[in-house]
Formats: sequence, structure tokens, C-alpha cells
Amino acid sequence: MSSIIEIKDVSKAFGGVIANQSISVNVAEGGITGLIGPNGSGKTTLFNSVVGHHPIDEGSIKFEGAEISKLKVPQIARLGLLRTFQQTRIYSKMNCVQNMQISIPHRNSGLLDMFRGHSPETSDRALELLEFVGLYSKRNLIAGDLSFGQQKLLEFAMALMNEPKVLLLDEPTAGINPTLINGLIDRLKLANEQFGVTLFVIEHNMRVIMNLADHIYCLAHGELLAEGKPDDIQNDQRVVDAYLGAH
Amino acid sequence: MSVSQKTFLLYAFILLGGILAPFVFPNYIAQFATLWLMILFALTWDMMGGQMGYNSLGNIIFFGVGMYASAVVQIARLYEVAEYTSHSGAPKVDFGWTEYLSGMGFGIIAGALAAIFIAVILGRIVFGLRGPYFAIGTLGAAIAAGELVGAWDYIGGGGGITSLPFPGTGDERSLFFYFALFALALLTFAFLKWLYSRRYVLAVNAIRDDEDKAEAMGIHTLRYKTVTWAMSASFLGMAGAVYGNMAGFIEPLEVAFPTITFGIFMVLMALLGGKGTLWGPVLGAVVFHIIKEFTWTHFLGWQWVALGMLIIINVAYFQQGILGWAQEKWPDFFGLTVDESDTREAVEEASK
Repeated sequence: MSSIIEIKDVSKAFGGVIANQSISVNVAEGGITGLIGPNGSGKTTLFNSVVGHHPIDEGSIKFEGAEISKLKVPQIARLGLLRTFQQTRIYSKMNCVQNMQISIPHRNSGLLDMFRGHSPETSDRALELLEFVGLYSKRNLIAGDLSFGQQKLLEFAMALMNEPKVLLLDEPTAGINPTLINGLIDRLKLANEQFGVTLFVIEHNMRVIMNLADHIYCLAHGELLAEGKPDDIQNDQRVVDAYLGAH
Repeated sequence: MSVSQKTFLLYAFILLGGILAPFVFPNYIAQFATLWLMILFALTWDMMGGQMGYNSLGNIIFFGVGMYASAVVQIARLYEVAEYTSHSGAPKVDFGWTEYLSGMGFGIIAGALAAIFIAVILGRIVFGLRGPYFAIGTLGAAIAAGELVGAWDYIGGGGGITSLPFPGTGDERSLFFYFALFALALLTFAFLKWLYSRRYVLAVNAIRDDEDKAEAMGIHTLRYKTVTWAMSASFLGMAGAVYGNMAGFIEPLEVAFPTITFGIFMVLMALLGGKGTLWGPVLGAVVFHIIKEFTWTHFLGWQWVALGMLIIINVAYFQQGILGWAQEKWPDFFGLTVDESDTREAVEEASK
């Protein structure tokens, strides 16, 4: 499998705090890549660097072979590289269907496209995906009134609506009750298999990520500690130490 | 009666009322004309503050820019502008309906274009600001605009410009400007009604709810913001063009850039009626205008106190506005319901 995202020697510091120190990560096209590490190890910073949230100090980030480290957030999103947030972010005063309708890909929208009506295909697709994540009965409710877990599902559905090539998920199961987690894992796998979306996932829940990912990178203190298959990572003494605080 | 019939009746009632009002209540024609202007103000402010969440305190700029652009274009067709504006009084001119109306037409177009131009330029500067910083930034721009125009002698400076005289009688004049503002308010409403059914409204609502998320989803946020302000500005520019002629005399601080009266009223009206809705600003403008006219007539001397109270009560205890309150009280009427059927098939079954 070829790499769809190539992160090479990326460094990022905030003042004196070095959040990422020459990190290299490859995300395989069509796969599910995991990113783990203790709190404060620089996972979200790396995500933010990839999606253009802040400029990087050194290194290069390539998406489908093209350098993207100088592009801005909306430009990168329109290339098909999308992220969800650790603190779930949905459009809280709009209803679920509207949240979905505006999440269409904006790749080719010209100036006059903003005056277009809502196409029936878009609405159908919106309802289909709401059904996919199990929010169909809540479709007319204001998104901000949904529970936290439901908002996470909605955010995931919105991301799929955008037809991304790669989806960066920042702790998709945080704050969701265990029953819902199983459903979410199934849906993530389905999205990967059926819609062909490459996933790059930050996750703290070891059971989840070991089940989900086919390749895992582990960060600690802003540096890349280990990489490999889930089984290798699980048995890597350095990773175990990092999580127990020995590093 | 079905919903569409009710809607039709409502529109017919408003349209008919608007047409008949100046004939039934000829003494209140100026108040009615101002009411339509207020509705336009509230609607155009709501495009920014309500639908997009950018609380602009500087929208009055476009009103003034439109007014001055229109005046200059109207005058320039007949005179040397600098010479006209340097006159201490109105020069004697004699010209007919054709010249006047065509001048107004050009003036309105020029007002709209100038307002759009300024909105695009200003947008490039202030759209980097968010929340309270945007509000203060635009407020500063509005105050600066009035002062700048006041220092510009070519367009009359602080002394102002006398508008071209109206060719008809006094009664004709009142009716003419009443219907001009009526038509502009209707045009604005109709345009927004159409616009708010487009993809556009979801994008600007998304910017309002979470602009970072909207960017992360690839929405062209700057494009939407700029276009929104330009559209809002174009209606304000046209309104300014008409109002300048109606006022008869243009002056920077009180007439063209009245930041603390019209500039604040437009915010208040939208908040009162319910921001982020189509009807809220209209409702707010009507209620506000009635309260304002009532206090000005019956509590003269205390009118600003009453207005201040209204602002405080509105902002402290009634943030959702009239329509927002109704939506909370009767969610079913606004379609905010849980559908018991879990899947699309179940809905199709039920509808068979």
C-alpha cells in the first residue's frame, strides 16, 4: 500500500515547549492508522500541523505526493483531508439535517454555487448517513440539544458527508458509553471498507485502537517512540513504560 | 385553511396595508415611511449579526456611503460638484420629473455600487476580527467614516449638501418617498426570503455556530462573509440614496452616519424580534418603532431613558427575542420534533 500522507521530520514548538520533535509518520492509503501516546505527547499538535491549523517549524507534510504544509485549513479540507475535533464541534443552532446538508464537499464550488438550492440527492444522502450513524429519528432536532455521544455521531456523519479521502479522528470514542463504542467501531470500519475512506485515528482506549488499526504509531514527549502492528506495539516495553510513566 | 393560504393572506394583508396606509392615515405618512426604512435596517443588520453571527456596529457606514454617492452622482449630472456644495444655501434650479427621476435612478445604483465597494474593502480589513473585537472594530470604522466625510470639502464637509429640490408638491413628495422606501423594504424582504432558502444560509449559519469547524469542513468562509456584507451593504446603500433625497439635506454626523441612533436601532430591532430569522427583524422593527414613536410623543424628555430600559431588558432578560421565545414555547409549530420512526423505510411506510 502506498502512503497517502507522508509526514517527514516535522517539528513544532510553542515558545519553549517542544510539542513535536522531528516526527515522521506515513499513513497508508485505504488503511486505518492509529496514533497513541500519553497525554501531552503531541498527538493533537501533529494533527493540527497536518490540517494546516498552525504552521510547522521544520519538516514536510505531503498529501497524495503534494506538499501541503503551507496551505490553509479550508484549502486542505477541500483537498479531501478532513479532521474531527477532540472537543466535538457541530453547528449547534442548526438541526441535524442542516448540519449534514452544509457538510457537502466544497471542492469545486464557485462563487454562484452559494445561491443554489438544496438538491434532492444531497438531502437523500444526508438522511442515509444519519441513518447510518443511528440519528435518523433525531434529524429534525437542533444539534446542540443532542447528547454528547450523539453529537460525536453527528460529527462523524458530517465528516462522511464531505466525502473525504482521509479522515483524521481525534479521540472518536472519548466520552461515549461502552455500548455505543462498539457500534462506533463497527461504523468506522464500515466507512473504511465501504466508502474507502483512509482513517488516521488518535485514541486513548487501547481496546479500541488495537481492534481498529492495522498500523500504530506511538508518541511520547513529542518524539516518535515506536511504530508497528498492534501486536508489536502492545508488547513493546518502551510503550508500556511510557504509559506507566517510566519514560 | 391551509398554511399556504394563511401565508398568502398575510402577504396580501401587508401589501394592501402598505399601499393604503398613506391614504388612510395621511398624517402619519412620515412615520410609516420611517417604519419601512427601519424594517430594511433590521433585515440587513440581521444578515450579518443574526444569520452569520458577526455583530456589526458599523453597518450604518453603507447607509451614509450610499447617500453621499447618490448625491454626488445626482448633482454631477447638472453641476460642478465642488461649486454646488460650496453654496451656502440651495441654488435655484428648475428641472422636471424626467431629470429628477433619472437622477434618482442613477443615484440609487451608484449608492448600491459604492456601498458594495466599501464593504468589500472594509471586509478585507475587519473580517480577521471575531466576536467583540469585530463589533468594536466596525463601530470605530463607522465613527471614523462620519468624521472623514466631515473633513472632505469636495462633498460639502461638515456643512453638508442640500439635496436637489423635488419637482412636485409637498403631498406628492411625501407619497413619492413613502412608496420608494416601501418598495425598497419589500425588495429586501423578498430577496432575503429567496436567499434564506438557498445553500447560502446554511453556510453562514455554520459560520455563526462555529467558524473554525466551518473552515475545517472546507467552507469558503471569507467568500461567504464578504458576499454577505456586500449584499447587506447594497440594500443599505440604496436606502441611503433614497433617504438622502427624502431628508432634503445631507450632513455627515446626524443624517448620513447616525451611529448612535439608526446604527444602534438596527441592532436593537433585530435582537428584539429574534435574530437569525426572517420575520424576527420585521416584527422587532414594528414593535420598536411603535414604542419609539409612543415614548417620543407621550414621554418627551424621558424617551432616551425608556429606550435605554428597553435595551437593558432585551439584552439581560429577553435575548432570544420575540420569535426565539415563541420557538421555545411552541417547538412543534416550528418543526422541532423527534420522529418516532427510526428508519427511512418506516417513514415511507407511515406515509403510504
